[in-house]
Parts: sequence; structure tokens; C-alpha cells
Amino acid sequence: MQDIIQGKGIVVGKNIDTDQIYPGRYLELVEPEDIAKHAMEGVDPNFHGRFKSGDIIVADKNFGCGSSREHAVITLKAAGVAAVIAPSFARIFYRNAINLGLPLITCGEILEKVDEGDMLEIDLKIGRINNTTKAIQIEGEKLPEFVLDMISHGGIKQYHIKGVGTEK
Amino acid sequence: MHALHKMLARASGKDYVKEGEIVKAKVDLAEVNDLYLQSIRSFYEMKGTKVHDPDKIAFILDHYSPAPSIQSASNQKAMREFVRAQEIKYLFDINAGVCHQVMVEAGLVWPGIILIATDSHTTTHGAFGAFGTGVGATDLATIMLTGELWLRAPEVIKVEINGKLKPGVMAKDVILHILSKLGTDGAVYKAIEYTGNTVENMSIAERMVICNMAVEMGAKTSYIKPDKKILTYVKERTDQDFEILETDEDYHYAEIHVFDVENLEPQVAIPHSVDNGVDISTINEVYVDQVLIGTCTGGRLEDIEIATKIIEGNKIHPDTRLIVIPASSEVMEKAIEKGYITMLIKAGATISSPGCGPCLGTHQGLLAPGEVCATTSSRNFPGRMGSTQADIYLVSPATAAAIAIAGKITDPRKYLQI
Ligand code: SF4
Repeated sequence: MQDIIQGKGIVVGKNIDTDQIYPGRYLELVEPEDIAKHAMEGVDPNFHGRFKSGDIIVADKNFGCGSSREHAVITLKAAGVAAVIAPSFARIFYRNAINLGLPLITCGEILEKVDEGDMLEIDLKIGRINNTTKAIQIEGEKLPEFVLDMISHGGIKQYHIKGVGTEK
Repeated sequence: MHALHKMLARASGKDYVKEGEIVKAKVDLAEVNDLYLQSIRSFYEMKGTKVHDPDKIAFILDHYSPAPSIQSASNQKAMREFVRAQEIKYLFDINAGVCHQVMVEAGLVWPGIILIATDSHTTTHGAFGAFGTGVGATDLATIMLTGELWLRAPEVIKVEINGKLKPGVMAKDVILHILSKLGTDGAVYKAIEYTGNTVENMSIAERMVICNMAVEMGAKTSYIKPDKKILTYVKERTDQDFEILETDEDYHYAEIHVFDVENLEPQVAIPHSVDNGVDISTINEVYVDQVLIGTCTGGRLEDIEIATKIIEGNKIHPDTRLIVIPASSEVMEKAIEKGYITMLIKAGATISSPGCGPCLGTHQGLLAPGEVCATTSSRNFPGRMGSTQADIYLVSPATAAAIAIAGKITDPRKYLQI
């Protein structure tokens, strides 16, 4: 995973739940390319028009609340979401994202500093966001060492394949 | 330490665990439901060959029971094959019911265990003094691979609930009220412990409802100190020895909230958020197309019992349909024995086989655009039960029954002799 992520900010609201990110009626799908087609369908039916692969989602608090469905992360990743920035994330969504290598940045004041379409640059290692459109720097929370370590291994699957998490 | 931290300490071979610490905990029971074929895929993607401990894994086919599509049938088939090939001890097939009811009835849950499932409502098992929490498919796969999972020891919020509930007011009303005060992010990353005389007087099913919906406040897990009621129930279902871990006297809670529910009236969470709970008396003229009585927060025997009591002698309103889904086959059997099912059918209800039903919008009663549903389930997010243009109101089983007769949102106390 790269340490610097660049992309356009797409702004969404608060308490975006997993049913909005990925509706339950598609949960039987298992192939990432099929899952990708329904990303954020419950948030905005025009999401696909607003969003391009490589963009960054900027959300209000409690992003990803609701169910434990990993599809919510798979769909965002497969649709090309580069990262999500929000004042807070629901915990299972957070775990799933870290496990699958989707970077999340917790940042309390992000919505005051970013408008839809602004170009953003995230320095993952220190949790800093550069809004290059507005020429301002925004401090987010640095990811815990444990999480950075897992991300640097490419997510939990690589972590285990390399035997880091298995004490035998 | 809090009792929950002692559970994590025991499971990770430590004497002491402090809040915020990340531990690698041995998992006592890992449960996978039929939404999560990805667990098996991730297991193989991580180069797994043999599961770590087949006696500590359960597969429960509940979300699509029986399979409504070729895809879900294929997913279930792959799961059955995995269970057989890996000699996994527990498979509850499509005849069993909702995982959170089935595991408890089967005697797989007791105080102090670490129970991890691919379902956010695993917080339910705090009612038994267990550390229950939900994870995604790949986390679950790592448990199948290693027997362990990384967990961050959560801060604990104490929610004290006092007062005797009025007839017709149920645990669901209590938790909708609490949610409306604490909000959907009131406990993110934290645990919620429930105490107080209301909780002490609650039945096991009621305690499961308030623990279940702790996750709607973002909680990682929940906890009620096990009492005689719980121990008697658990000992009837398992021979397992266990030790009750107690919270230290000097444990410092992150927050304490006190609720008096003596005069609480039935609650309704209006669309589209679980924390939109309001007093039922503030709602006027909301006509309802479909009522659902069932799921892991409203499909237990006592839920069907109170619904039957309210509906008895009445007919389901001609402009409304009522779907009743017992949470498990054990509940179904008892409801049949007691005559509830026959009575409900005579009143015009549709009975479906035990499982999640339309709760998460997969089958057995989805909503059309513009329709209104009143449900005993736990979520009213847009699109949760079908169309994103449908409105979902969360209510107790008693309120749901009253709505089914009246065809609109109605106070259940109107139909109870009180
Ligand atoms: S009944 Fe609903 S909330 Fe409960 S486990 Fe099933 S889908 Fe989830």
C-alpha cells in the first residue's frame, strides 16, 4: 500500500449505514466485480455518476454503522474508493476495512474543511490530509502501530500467509 | 477490571488487561451464518487447509432459510460441504432458526465465553454474561485458521434502568427509548453494561433484546451480570463448568446513564434511523401495509404470546398483512402446542418458517416503493427490508399486534385488559 493517497473528495452525510453502502438484497453475491456494481446504492442513486475510481469518500460521523457485512468494504474497494475520511467509524466496518486494506482516516473537522470535488492528498503514516484545492492542511488521527503494521503487510490475509499472526 | 476485561484476560493468558489494550484472545465459539461464504473463501485465501478447532465452530443457515435463489442455495451447499469436509461440530441447517436464539437454545452459550460471530447482533449474548461481538468474514476466517482474534479491550458504559414497566410496555420500548437518548454513536468502540431493577426483573428474552440492540449505539459488546435466572437456564442446557467473573468494586465506568422507565409509554422508532424513538401518543394516522412479528428482537415465545393475546377475537385489518416468524423451531413448536399459531392463522396472519425472514431485505415479505411497515426487528435503515422508498417503523411485539388489527399505528394498551 502507498503511504500517500491522492484523489477527489466526494462528500456524504452522517450515519451512512451498511444497508445504504451495500443493500441486503445483494448479499448473496460473492464475486467482487458483481458486488462493486451496487456500491453506495442506498446513499444516492446517482452515486455512480458522481464517483470515479480513485476518489476519496468524505463522510460525517459513524460511517459504516449497522451490520457486519464485509460486502460493504468489498464493494467500496472494488468500486475504486481510495480511502474514507470521517469524524468516526462504526467498529465492525473499521475492522473489516483494515483487514482488507481500505485506508480509513478519523478526522473530526474534515467536513468543515472539504467541499465536494476538492483535491485531497492523505499522508497515511501521520494521518495528515492536504486539501490542495483550498491549500489547507487538516490533521487527522494517526493510525495505531498495530493497524499500520497490518496495512503494511497488505491486510490481514497477507499478514497470516506470511505467518506474522500465527504463533505455532 | 471489569468482568468483560477479565474474560479477555483469561482468553489471552494474561493476569491483567487494561482498556485500549489490544489482546489476542482465544475464541470459545465462532459462528458463521449463511451470508458469509466469504469466510470460507478467506480461509482458503489465507492458505488454510484444516480449521484450528472444529469443535468450536458453528455454521447456522438462517438469513436465507429456506434458500430463495439459486445463488443462496449454492452458497449454503458450499457451506454444508465445508462443514462436512472439516468435520465441524455444529451445523444448524435451514430448519433451526435465527442464530442468536439457536445457539442459546442449543446450550452453546454460558457466562464468560468469548463468542465471535459474523453478525453484528452478537452483542445479544451479554444477556448470559458472555463476551459476544460481531466481525466480518475475514476476521472469522482468521479464527477458523488460528483459534484467535485480535480485540481491543473496550471502555465500559453503565446504563442503569429502574422502575416497573406498565402493562403493554416491553423491553423493546425500553431500548428504543434509551437509543433515542444516547444516539446511534453513543457507544462506538465501547461496551454497555445494563443494571438496575428493571433489568433484574426482565425475562431472559427481554434481556436479550436490550443486549442485542446495544450494537445500534455502536457498542462492541454488552453485559448483564448473570443471576440465578440465567444460571438456571444455562445449566438446563449444558453440563459445561464455568466460573463467573465479577467486576472489581473500584472499576471506573467511562460513563453512567440512569433511566427511569416507570412511566414509559410504548415507543416507535420512525424512519429512517433506530434512534428516532418517540412516544406512541405523538404519532397520528400512520397507515401500515405490512406488520412483521419475528426476528432476534421480537420472535420469541413470549413475543408471540402477547401478540396472540392482543389479536385473539379480532381479525387482521383488510388493508394490512401480518407476517409472523418464530425465531427458532423450538419457539415454533411451543407456539403450536399452545395454540398461538392456529389462532394467528385464523385471524389472517401469514406464518413463515423460522429464520431472519424479511428483516434484512432478502426474502419472505419485502416492501414495495411507498409501502409502510411496522416491525419488531432492530433496524429501519432505508432499503433494509426491500425498497429504499419504503418506510419502516420499529415497535414492540405488542404494538405490532395492535397495528395489525387497527391497520395503523396504535397503542397496544387499547387492546389489553388493564
Ligand atoms: S433476525 Fe434480523 S437482525 Fe437478527 S440476525 Fe437475522 S437479519 Fe440480523
